[in-house]
Amino acid sequence: MLSISVTDRDGDTTIADADPGTSLMQIIRNAGLDELLALCGGNCSCATCHIYVDPGQLALLPAISTDEEDLLDSSDHRKPNSRLSCQVKFTEALAGLRVTIAPED
Amino acid sequence: MEAPFSDVLIIGGGHGGAQAAAALRQQKFEGSITLISAETDFPYERPPLSKDFLSGNIPFAAILLRPETYWAEKNVAVRLGVTIASIDAEAHVASSATGENFRYGTLIWAGGGTPRRLSCPGADLAGVHTIRTVQDILRLAAELPGVQNIAVIGGGFIGLEAAAVLAKLAKSVTVIESQSRILARVSAPPLSAFFQAEHEAHGVKFHLGVGVAGLAGQGRVSGVTLADGTTIPAELVIVGIGISPEIAPLQEAGAACSNGVEVDEYCRTSLDDIYAIGDCALHENKFAGSAKVRIESVQNATDQASTAAKAIAGVPAPYESVPLFWSNQYDLRLQTIGFNLGYDDIVVRGAPATRAFTVVYLRACRVIALDCVNTMRDYAQGRQLVLAQPAIDKALLADPALALKSLFTRTEIPA
Repeated sequence: MLSISVTDRDGDTTIADADPGTSLMQIIRNAGLDELLALCGGNCSCATCHIYVDPGQLALLPAISTDEEDLLDSSDHRKPNSRLSCQVKFTEALAGLRVTIAPED
Repeated sequence: MEAPFSDVLIIGGGHGGAQAAAALRQQKFEGSITLISAETDFPYERPPLSKDFLSGNIPFAAILLRPETYWAEKNVAVRLGVTIASIDAEAHVASSATGENFRYGTLIWAGGGTPRRLSCPGADLAGVHTIRTVQDILRLAAELPGVQNIAVIGGGFIGLEAAAVLAKLAKSVTVIESQSRILARVSAPPLSAFFQAEHEAHGVKFHLGVGVAGLAGQGRVSGVTLADGTTIPAELVIVGIGISPEIAPLQEAGAACSNGVEVDEYCRTSLDDIYAIGDCALHENKFAGSAKVRIESVQNATDQASTAAKAIAGVPAPYESVPLFWSNQYDLRLQTIGFNLGYDDIVVRGAPATRAFTVVYLRACRVIALDCVNTMRDYAQGRQLVLAQPAIDKALLADPALALKSLFTRTEIPA
């Protein structure tokens, strides 16, 4: 089973099973990490699935869309390595990805 | 045998009920939790029902709010297919329609609502549907292959989203709305006109400003008769005329109720140890000019669930989330931020003909809400406007080339 590692707001890290084709948001939520609210259910209509990606792995991710960029821009916790986890589909190339759940806006 | 006891008993398995359980565990609440749902399915996302799930694009598994195994992992007991019919608030016992009792320490009522039904002749004919649950959609979808003409009664979001899906499935769809325009209850005329034109471009027909006199048919519906005498052929009818809040057991238990269960800023009802959240909870909302409102949205259900959970877990924080609403029709994404109740002016940013524009709602010269059609940037930046409600020059607001956030810093007037 492929996996990613997710660090929550308390600093605890969980290894989450990851199926190719599912979004990082689904992977994090399915691992029982309810800190990730994902209010809109993956519709790119909120910024409550905000994560930080390990800067060294950022280049592995698909490019950010204008919509995702605009939503992230509205967050007080935006960083260069910010992503909305609902907008990133997991692929085998992302096995071992390290992400951190961003603070709540 | 004594009835089972739960520290927290959650009644309702929609977005609110599910989030209440999840949020309690997230707050490190360690007491026992039981989630009771009248539905026979584990909690799932409701918005896709009238969109991708109706169109058959995605399976049920894809809309589950959590994997089925989640609930046991979080030590949440889930009882499906159980309808709570009465509550003894004094004794702290909820009873099902079949006489099963559930004792509780604290109760969270997340009963949601029931689709309103027509009261005209023919309302009970076969082929007449409402859209609220996954089972509703499965029944509807099973009939679709044998049906060509579909009438949608009610030009609100549910009806229009269904109309969009069905038009794409090459059905002949007619929308009937008793008011003079669609989305009349929730949006300004330019938005109504835009969405009507989009639907018409996809072949959807409209009858506006006319009521329904009755449904025709022998056993199964065959048409809709309008108050003006017109008959519209329809082998299937979708009734999307809103919901009635599901509050009877609470009302009978003595909770203060009017158009919903009255709750305070922590989602507490007037009864001890009973909270209410979501579609059925009537609350004072500062984004509605402090009017008492019921808000039927995922955002409201989810955030009120978190509010109740925090209060129960001993870390109370009042409910003050910015209202959000979303609707997808065809390739259009409508995202609303704020609540336009009592608006007295609007500004349209951008040309509807470009299929990307924003309707800005003002009350006493302050921005209170934005309907954003394919304008993510306005939606994202509108949040600060709705939160701070600065006075902004309408001419600047109307210029889509000017980013909303730039207007805010440029023209903000300190309170």
